[in-house]
Amino acid sequence: MIELLVVALGGGIGAAARFVVDGEIRSRHSGGFPWGTFVVNVAGSFLIGVFSTLFFTLMPLGVSDGVAWVLQLAVTVGLCGGFTTFSTATVESVRLAQSGRMRLAVANTLGTVVVTVAAAGLGVALGMALGGLFG
Amino acid sequence: MTRAPHRDWRYVGLVALGGACGSVARYLLSGWAGILLTPLTILFPSTAETVLRFPIGTLVVNVVGAFALGYLLEALARRGRETVRRRKIRLGIGTGVLGGFTTYSALALETERLLAQGYGWLVLLYVVLTLAGGAAACLGGIAIAARADRRRERR
Repeated sequence: MIELLVVALGGGIGAAARFVVDGEIRSRHSGGFPWGTFVVNVAGSFLIGVFSTLFFTLMPLGVSDGVAWVLQLAVTVGLCGGFTTFSTATVESVRLAQSGRMRLAVANTLGTVVVTVAAAGLGVALGMALGGLFG
Repeated sequence: MTRAPHRDWRYVGLVALGGACGSVARYLLSGWAGILLTPLTILFPSTAETVLRFPIGTLVVNVVGAFALGYLLEALARRGRETVRRRKIRLGIGTGVLGGFTTYSALALETERLLAQGYGWLVLLYVVLTLAGGAAACLGGIAIAARADRRRERR
């Protein structure tokens, strides 16, 4: 039950943050490329990489297994999961393709996957380095 | 001029509520989706260990969510001008529930981890199925909403 509660809490905060960040970026860029969703997805992928090592960072600090696991669930599955979105990214690519801007559609689809995976890798490396400082 | 929705706390709250529901649904469904791999592990017991590493849960929620959002946004757009009620549906269900239901961070982390562990082919299959499946599902959702709308017009 506590798992569902922390996923709901993290997911709610993450989705609200996505709405605000996307809206602010959208109001500054009027061009064809969906920068708002792109930035949100890259930032969220970096953060999930950092937080994916949280469990191993907290353990040597004397935090119990159960608490460390619930915290990691809240920030990875909840916060980062709710912050990032695949459905909006897909709809935006499809809409670009339907309006004849095929290059932007392909750039958005492939660009997002490549940059988010690289961001997640950087996040994992940073998370492990930070964990090493404490551990 | 009225305030943009993302600066109106009532709409932000609505998106948060939807995102909480969508995230819980994603957590539950992606956990259960593992069962879809069971037949494959029985058919190919020698590769069961590799098969079970496939992130089927994220794939399922993302493809289902892409279909649903394509359907929802097309259906709303075809009803005409955005009323307050339609905006609440678009932001609460679309941006909130379906935005929170699907995820890009899990897709990115799973891909990065599998690559780091040397599962190149599994990664390729996962990414291709996600991107192609997501786009096809989204187009399918849009087409079904468009057809339902045309049928409604004829009546």
